[in-house]
Amino acid sequence: MTVNSMTTQEITKKVMNQEELFILDVRNESDFHDWKIEGKNFDYLNVPYFDLLDGVEEIMDKIPAGKEVLVVCAKEGSSIMIAEMLSDEGRTVSYLKGGMKAWSEHLEPIKVGDLKDGGAIYQFVRIGKGCLSYMVVSNGEAAIIDSTRMTDVYLEFAKSIDVNVTHVFDTHLHADHISGGRVIANKTNATYWLPPKDATEVIFDYKPLESGSNVTIGNTTINIHALYSPGHTIGSTSFVVDEKFLLSGDILFIDSIGRPDLAGMAEDWVKDLRESLYERYKDLSMDLIVLPAHFMIIDELNEDGSVSEKLGTLFERNHGLNIEDENEFRKLVSENLPPQPNAYQEIRQTNMGIITPDDEKQREMEIGPNRCAVR
Amino acid sequence: MDAIKILDAKGLACPMPIVKTKKAMNELEVGQVLEIHTTDKGAINDLTAWSKAGGHELLKHEEQNDVLMFWIKKG
Repeated sequence: MTVNSMTTQEITKKVMNQEELFILDVRNESDFHDWKIEGKNFDYLNVPYFDLLDGVEEIMDKIPAGKEVLVVCAKEGSSIMIAEMLSDEGRTVSYLKGGMKAWSEHLEPIKVGDLKDGGAIYQFVRIGKGCLSYMVVSNGEAAIIDSTRMTDVYLEFAKSIDVNVTHVFDTHLHADHISGGRVIANKTNATYWLPPKDATEVIFDYKPLESGSNVTIGNTTINIHALYSPGHTIGSTSFVVDEKFLLSGDILFIDSIGRPDLAGMAEDWVKDLRESLYERYKDLSMDLIVLPAHFMIIDELNEDGSVSEKLGTLFERNHGLNIEDENEFRKLVSENLPPQPNAYQEIRQTNMGIITPDDEKQREMEIGPNRCAVR
Repeated sequence: MDAIKILDAKGLACPMPIVKTKKAMNELEVGQVLEIHTTDKGAINDLTAWSKAGGHELLKHEEQNDVLMFWIKKG
């Protein structure tokens, strides 16, 4: 029987279409429990490849014959080996091309809305890691917000729709992924904006993003209105785009809220987080469409694979926005927090420009889920 | 902790470091120590889990100039 390779793009389609898939994940158990390919109708079997070196006979009855089977490992080598062994047993199976490393890097651009003047806003869904970045496009110009380090994807996309990148933003200093903001700004001569309170240690030039800054994209007015909303970090800034979209960064997600501890200041920033969510956000129009910088679970995806929800709906349904008691809120966001993102200290330093790891090292630092939220 | 054999798996990608380790281990007597050199970062978790599952003892591992070194005692 044959062994096929399946690309991250094909799997992304299956996730978004909620198709069925049987995943044989041959990484070690701790890596599997830490982070895996999530899909609403995906089934899993985790057996490390090193337990299968003598043969796959023992697991054959656990692999359904009627289902599409995908073998997954970290980089692809072991999954090819196991897929070939399954093939020798008479099964047609696929392996994940590029392994979980490729899965971590896949970006899927989805249009999430139109702007008043004919422009549009696109969400780039980093499906494997749960990171969301944005491109606001108007009249031949583009702004990119919270870009990942896969900068070519944005630049090629901008080229394909014939726009020039003129502004690049990070809503805050990221701890879970390496920002591509500076690289994009350098390549396109765009202005790179950072909240100054998050950038006290950065060693490169940037334009300080202050609350109330209005940046216009294109000839017509697409205002990106910056709203200081500390709590996840001290500089965290949200954007209201076109009076319709609220880019909430890592402050508010669909089914969770930002965690205040990743820069080591949980206790200090709890108050800021509460004020941002319960006062500053509450003063905004409830019709704004929230576009966060992350999703945590696959249920947060809309039917088209995008991640968004009306602010008013989140104030009704998001548990993190409905905790009356301040003490209870403090407990939720500062006690029993999930583990921190992989290598988050090194990632912060990289985003400040203090260290410059090579590509392979950057890839390794970003392994795993984003873990920027508390529920 | 004298290794009776040194396995050079530098430059090899997963799954080869473990495939070679398993093969080398088969040729050792219980209680003997195998020293492994690899450049595959995934080996840290994988060799740890593999040793445990196979009843071997991972005595220690260290990193020198991007080379990961492991000492595993056959169980």
